[in-house]
Amino acid sequence: MKFTLPWLKDYLDTSAGLPAILEAMTQAGLEVEEAHDPREALKQFTVCRIISAAQHPNADKLQVCQVETVDGMKEIVCGGLNARPGLVTAYAPIGAYIPGSGITLAPKPVRGVVSNGMLCSGGEMKTDEDPFRLRIARFDDWKFRAEALGISEEQAIADGGIIELPDDLKVGSPVADALALDTVIDFEVTPNRPDWLGVVGIARDLGAKGLGKFKLEPVKPVKGTFPCPVKVRIEDESACPVFAGRLIRGVKNKPSPDWMQKRLKAIGINPKNMLVDVTNYISFDRCRPLHVYDAAKLKGDVRARLGTAQDSFVGLDGKTHSNLNEMCVIADDSGAIGLGGVMGGESTGCSIDTVDVFIESAYFDANRTARTGRATGIISDARFRNERGIDPHSCLDGIELATKLILEVCGGEASEVVVAGKVPEGPKPVAFKPRDMKRLTGLDMPAKRMEQILRALGFEPIVPPKAQHDEQMIWATKVPSWRPDVEGSADIVEELIRIEGYDKLPEEMLPAPEGPVRVVVTPMQNRVRVARRVLAGRGFLETVTWSFMHHETAALMIGGANQLQDALTIDNPIASDLDYMRPSMLANLAQGAQRNADHGADDVRLFEAGPVYPGDKPNDQRMHVAAVVKAAKGRDWQGPPPPYNAFSAKADLFAMLIALDQNPDKFQVGAPEGSFWHPGRAATLRLGPKQIVASFGELHPQFLKQLGVDGPVLAIELALDALPLPKAKATKTRPVLDKADQTPVRRDFAFVVEEKVPAGDIARLALKGDPKLVTAARVFDVYRGASIGEGKKSVAVEVTLQPRGAAMTDEQIEAVAQAIIKSVAKGTGAVLRG
Amino acid sequence: MAIEQQVQEIEASAAAAIASSSDEAALEAIRVAELGKKGRVSLLMRELGGMSPEQRQVVGPALNGLKDRLTAAITSRKAELELAALNVRLEAEREDLTLPPRYEPVGALHPVMQVFEELAAIFADMGFAVAEGPDIEDDFHNFTALNFPPGHPAREMHDTFFMKPAADGSRKLLRTHTSPIQVRAMLANKPPIRVIAPGRVYRKDWDATHTPMFHQIEGLVIDDKVHMGHLKACLTEAFSRFFEVPNTTSRFRPHFFPFTEPSAEMDIRCDRSGGEIKVGEGNDWLEILGCGMVHPNVLRSCNIDPEVYQGFAFGLGVDRLAMLKYGMNDLRPYFEADVEWIKHYGFKPWLLPTVTGGLS
Repeated sequence: MKFTLPWLKDYLDTSAGLPAILEAMTQAGLEVEEAHDPREALKQFTVCRIISAAQHPNADKLQVCQVETVDGMKEIVCGGLNARPGLVTAYAPIGAYIPGSGITLAPKPVRGVVSNGMLCSGGEMKTDEDPFRLRIARFDDWKFRAEALGISEEQAIADGGIIELPDDLKVGSPVADALALDTVIDFEVTPNRPDWLGVVGIARDLGAKGLGKFKLEPVKPVKGTFPCPVKVRIEDESACPVFAGRLIRGVKNKPSPDWMQKRLKAIGINPKNMLVDVTNYISFDRCRPLHVYDAAKLKGDVRARLGTAQDSFVGLDGKTHSNLNEMCVIADDSGAIGLGGVMGGESTGCSIDTVDVFIESAYFDANRTARTGRATGIISDARFRNERGIDPHSCLDGIELATKLILEVCGGEASEVVVAGKVPEGPKPVAFKPRDMKRLTGLDMPAKRMEQILRALGFEPIVPPKAQHDEQMIWATKVPSWRPDVEGSADIVEELIRIEGYDKLPEEMLPAPEGPVRVVVTPMQNRVRVARRVLAGRGFLETVTWSFMHHETAALMIGGANQLQDALTIDNPIASDLDYMRPSMLANLAQGAQRNADHGADDVRLFEAGPVYPGDKPNDQRMHVAAVVKAAKGRDWQGPPPPYNAFSAKADLFAMLIALDQNPDKFQVGAPEGSFWHPGRAATLRLGPKQIVASFGELHPQFLKQLGVDGPVLAIELALDALPLPKAKATKTRPVLDKADQTPVRRDFAFVVEEKVPAGDIARLALKGDPKLVTAARVFDVYRGASIGEGKKSVAVEVTLQPRGAAMTDEQIEAVAQAIIKSVAKGTGAVLRG
Repeated sequence: MAIEQQVQEIEASAAAAIASSSDEAALEAIRVAELGKKGRVSLLMRELGGMSPEQRQVVGPALNGLKDRLTAAITSRKAELELAALNVRLEAEREDLTLPPRYEPVGALHPVMQVFEELAAIFADMGFAVAEGPDIEDDFHNFTALNFPPGHPAREMHDTFFMKPAADGSRKLLRTHTSPIQVRAMLANKPPIRVIAPGRVYRKDWDATHTPMFHQIEGLVIDDKVHMGHLKACLTEAFSRFFEVPNTTSRFRPHFFPFTEPSAEMDIRCDRSGGEIKVGEGNDWLEILGCGMVHPNVLRSCNIDPEVYQGFAFGLGVDRLAMLKYGMNDLRPYFEADVEWIKHYGFKPWLLPTVTGGLS
């Protein structure tokens, strides 16, 4: 919302300067976005007078002028057609920044002649082209130039030239003073405050804030001299509770007065003609949208009704709007002629030729207006106000004010006002509990001050006699009709503290919570921290990637397009390739790795800890940590390091599990789940046959190809919330360390097995040979060769025996060895290698 | 030859031989020749038996002394030779230690996650627990319970992503803010409540300063006496700690949020004059968060009696806060998994942000 300082001062007696006004606005909740002071913006431009103008030696269109300026006489090259001796215009010195063209003046020769400054057009200064309408009025004085150059009159006027200023201005005085431009303030209007969309509402708040005295004269009704010939009918009172109308006949439409045009232009509205400008002016002055119809173009009664799918009309935006179902349509006998509170229609709009004007001042349901606005996409000042809820009591004031202004400028004769429907009551009174002020803000405000603030804002509290002031006291408070946002005691508290100032709030430290200090982080949150730190500690870079991905990518990871769920599909995605909630972040990470590789990164290790979405229920969301590695082929002067392979991924995964207090050996290693893993170089860790805790290994080359990623890519995905929670314990005490008193015994075994036997089974079965004595079994070699036999391999296991109490005899060791061999042989068909 | 003279002669010749011995084998030969069973000293020792007691008293100690001195000389020479041999070996083992160690990748944590942890550390110190909620929300938790009436223009400020409608016509959405976690916290717990809620949020907006997904953190305190003065002090303290600069000044000014009444925005003092934003100096203000007293309608929606309980809430954009503290100038690379960016703006994993140990 924009307004000018003089406009504000129509309703606020104040001597406050701009900084004080801006500060008061900010403190009262009117968040200032920009204060444009034209004096500041135009400070480099001063008034000058052209003394002589001679033809430029090298360019037909240019003249070399001798100019009397604030800096003395200057020779300036000028291309303006209207540059001529005696002209008072605008001068910019060397070094000045020209906002219209975005250049800073340098003393550069123009076609061989140095120009010592610039004579400026309105456009170059970003002001009006011809603010005093002198350039057109004095066309005869400069048309010889156009003629000499063979330029038509039309073309010359369109091309314009430099700005023409009144002759009596003093050389060297600021151009800004001559233009008498006003300071424009732009601020953000929060959606709860439609009244700030009118200058009156701004002035009222600043008055309450103590910036000056708010003044608002009551609008004097204009007595109608004849019955309104246009009849108004409301066919749906919920959509349009009240519609006031009036005809003014015999008007002479013309440009609106300069003062009105100046204000409208300052806030960015193009003046059109008085009848249209007056509606815009009152819209911004009072937040009172109006509409004017050319009565000659209306056919029959005007009615407000609900639209239908068949309704259609051409709006003032020149577009056809059809299918007006559920919208509040204004219609006459010809059908729809506008959308109430949103936009009028072309067929009945006013033009410069309008003689009889019909003014509409109505109240439209805010929610319906908002829905209509969204459905049609129409953006208008009327919609912006009506959908936020304008003052329903302003109907008659609006129509009277418009009548007065139109009669003053365009003459004519006003009819009586017709009112269809009933003015809505507006906001309900509020039971304000003064104790809520201290309770909610901590600030003890005297009752007198509360009452003063409320009255200044237009509230009417009924304050009981002092004797009755107690905790439960209630002030029945009438809410002003322009404040649809106020509905409870807390709203009144906000008004009070807002006007008093948030800087007056006390500062009190939050008391410590009752009871002992609790652990505030959940085990799950700690898991995320630990997993992230393990991976970062092992050389991975943490990323955050989109929660959504292309549905086709998602389909690759969940077993096909038939597994996609509507519930996880975004109906209105930001981009068509970000339309499905990810089932895994591996695709995002692999693509991220590829992007880095494309930019020349040779060793990319990325991870992300974040949500994945198997379903849309609140408890469906899962917390995963996933990582990918697109490793460089290692080169080292000590010999090439082993490549990052599935076992490297397994090592990183195990490091996480160990850090998370999960013994990796308690999980079963199973086949990979999902076709995006390499069938032979990837695996799952499971708790039982169903529950997958983690996957690791190489991604499937076909999957990578579909993603546009060059393989190999190694990956890890760990479902942090699938890991079992530790058993709850009463204390943190640990069992006493049972340190072995004997040195451990280590023995190596080499088992020859069929190729298909998993090495992990051999180690597991070796442990079972004597679960008490055998404390570890670790595969340290796998050998294949002719000596072993086709389709077989030799798996070497180091077994650790931990005797307790007494050292083991050779016989005992041999007995355990036999038990181990038997266990492995039974489970795998292994034969001890001879 | 008198025995004393023999002792002197053995000592002199043996000492010379020990000193000139060049390896352990030579030294061992000397030991055998002098001190072995048939060694010169041992043979002289045998003669002691035939001596008179007086003579034995003189010669015995002399021979024993000789034996001890030769043993010590051999041990000492042996140590010398070992050291020399070690020095020779070590010289041969000399490496060119300007050669590089084997490549090890260096990891880092994402700045948004770091800032989440920093804020969690500060607020944990003030007694806030960390609450969570789902990203795919329903209209009730994201809007209605937060006092966004259906059709109200305030809903339009959030460009909401909607999921495809279900068979019954209802449709879920991606939460547009972390505030639905407030609602869940209030529905699941009885006051007093003191939580922060970090998370991903989604709005349909994508340019230099907006991404369709970003991060927020939400705070909520509900009890029977907490008021705006507490809110002001709590947030002032929290953010003066957060920025880790000597001075931060903040101000509160009125604003509008459907779910708080009164509502406020908090600004911090900053300097924009140099093209970048510096917190803690200058004459500009920068908005960092929205906050206020929880709206009575919100409390009612969560089955909490607003006549008995009250509280405050705040919410802020974490990505922007990270930019402000750590100087990133563009939001988009946050989500691009660019290794150079993460290495540059990321954090080493070894130090956990704590209030006592420093946040960063």
